[in-house]
Amino acid sequence: MIDYDKIVSERAREIKPSGIRKFFDIAQQMTGVLNLGVGEPDFFTPWKIRQQAISVLEKIKTSYTANSGLMDLRRSISGYLGRTIGVDYKPENEIIVTVGGSEAIDLAIRALVDEGDEVLIVEPCFVCYAPMVELSHGVPVTVETSIENSFKLTAEALRAKITPRTKALILPYPNNPTGAIMTKEELEPIAEVLRGTDIIVISDEIYSALTYGREHFSIAALDGMRERTLVINGFSKGYAMTGWRLGFLAGPQPILKHILKIHQYAIMSSPTVSQYAAITALEECDDDVAKMVEEYDVRRRYVVNAFNKIGLPCFDPEGAFYAFPCIKSTGLTSQQFSERLVYEKKVAVVPGDAFGKCGEGYIRVSYAYSLKNLKAAVKLIEEFLEDLKKEHGDE
Amino acid sequence: MQMSKLLNLLAKNSRLSNEELGVLLGKTADEVAEEIKALEDSGTIKGYTTLVDYGVENPNIVTAYIELKVTPRAESGFDEIAKFIAQYDAVKSVTLMSGAYDLGITIIGENLRVISDFVAKHLSTIDGVISTATHFELKTYKENGIMLCDDEKDERGFVSP
Repeated sequence: MIDYDKIVSERAREIKPSGIRKFFDIAQQMTGVLNLGVGEPDFFTPWKIRQQAISVLEKIKTSYTANSGLMDLRRSISGYLGRTIGVDYKPENEIIVTVGGSEAIDLAIRALVDEGDEVLIVEPCFVCYAPMVELSHGVPVTVETSIENSFKLTAEALRAKITPRTKALILPYPNNPTGAIMTKEELEPIAEVLRGTDIIVISDEIYSALTYGREHFSIAALDGMRERTLVINGFSKGYAMTGWRLGFLAGPQPILKHILKIHQYAIMSSPTVSQYAAITALEECDDDVAKMVEEYDVRRRYVVNAFNKIGLPCFDPEGAFYAFPCIKSTGLTSQQFSERLVYEKKVAVVPGDAFGKCGEGYIRVSYAYSLKNLKAAVKLIEEFLEDLKKEHGDE
Repeated sequence: MQMSKLLNLLAKNSRLSNEELGVLLGKTADEVAEEIKALEDSGTIKGYTTLVDYGVENPNIVTAYIELKVTPRAESGFDEIAKFIAQYDAVKSVTLMSGAYDLGITIIGENLRVISDFVAKHLSTIDGVISTATHFELKTYKENGIMLCDDEKDERGFVSP
């Protein structure tokens, strides 16, 4: 018998499964679950994009592309970044097309982090950053945010965590799971802390197309920040293209030339059909995105209002498609709340602590669902809260 | 088609209260009421109906679309005939069309017999009607922007890192 545990690397064994994963496993075993846990759009990829992919397949464009991606796509990305965040990147050597935003995050961390280097991770946040840093033998350092600051990073919180070993700051806004965004005015003090340091910002802007009321602003657009920022974005969320696995990374050429080597060895080039389709997305689909944003916005208002009404105070999210209501009043932990909710009412949400310790006391609710489903879920959550109250009454 | 957000919501579900609409649009109930009144006054909103699938209660019920060729009358043109046809309860819609025929009529009947009687006795006998062509609906997939055959299957799996 092979003892696989002795064979598999210590590093791989030590990676913990994500808190979302664990929860999905429970929900998956049950039938008829109203699942508000999914982090992907319920919209279909716009037809124009799918049509382009079909046409590309008909024309048999199925070989590898240039390692950093189709030149035409990089030009489109350059144009997109210019018109959305107002920062110019050269298609020739400042943009790499990746397998989703996920690969871009992995590449950025691998290219920057040496053993013992510290990477600041603003929490609550998406679950992949810390494990990726650990895989690079780096040290993830949490920078907590809280409801008091509307889950935004403050200069004080950032400054308190910077040491001589700090290599990078992962800045995840618009934020999953809180829905918080950061404005130009709020980013300026952050930039002020970073200017004059060698800290690189890894700005994960995957939800940038999904903001409500205010346009997304990138830290790269502030004075002196382009040269110390890697901008990460992709097609999954804004264009409802999760399964196409396509993202990109833009930044200073002296970093990108090393990132490209890792991408070449690990991936070769991103999916060709997806790349052609992505050009269509960037060039022709602004209207489709606007329609999706309008629909998300309607649901967002509904969900936030509904949670506040049933007694779970809900922070007003300005981006992404998540609400992050506070469940502290129930006396349950996020895990207990979520677990009982799925077992007793068959509604699946993700416990806030899956996104970092400071997410404790909250649950993440995705509103990438029809209003009808959201209403049904809210009703069940309300019933659950009433059950809890009765229990307390009986005690 | 560009429609106001309010119309979009009402077109899908006109039973939403002004308060609910206000939440969804980020407005007060009073503002919504005002906007609706303006839309009603201008004639943009003609009424509020219910989307009914009659076939659920009575599987024999038939909907037909009838193409009518008509000789327009002096002075009134098509209007007089169109309005005459529209009086029948069974008639759901009457539309003046461009192209190969003049009036398009949707009608609902208890069964095939009722519809053919209606066409033979009432429609084709109207003075000015030259010919009729009746098409029976087999299955409706979408009506008034609402999917009628939607099983709402969520293909998204439990995927996460």
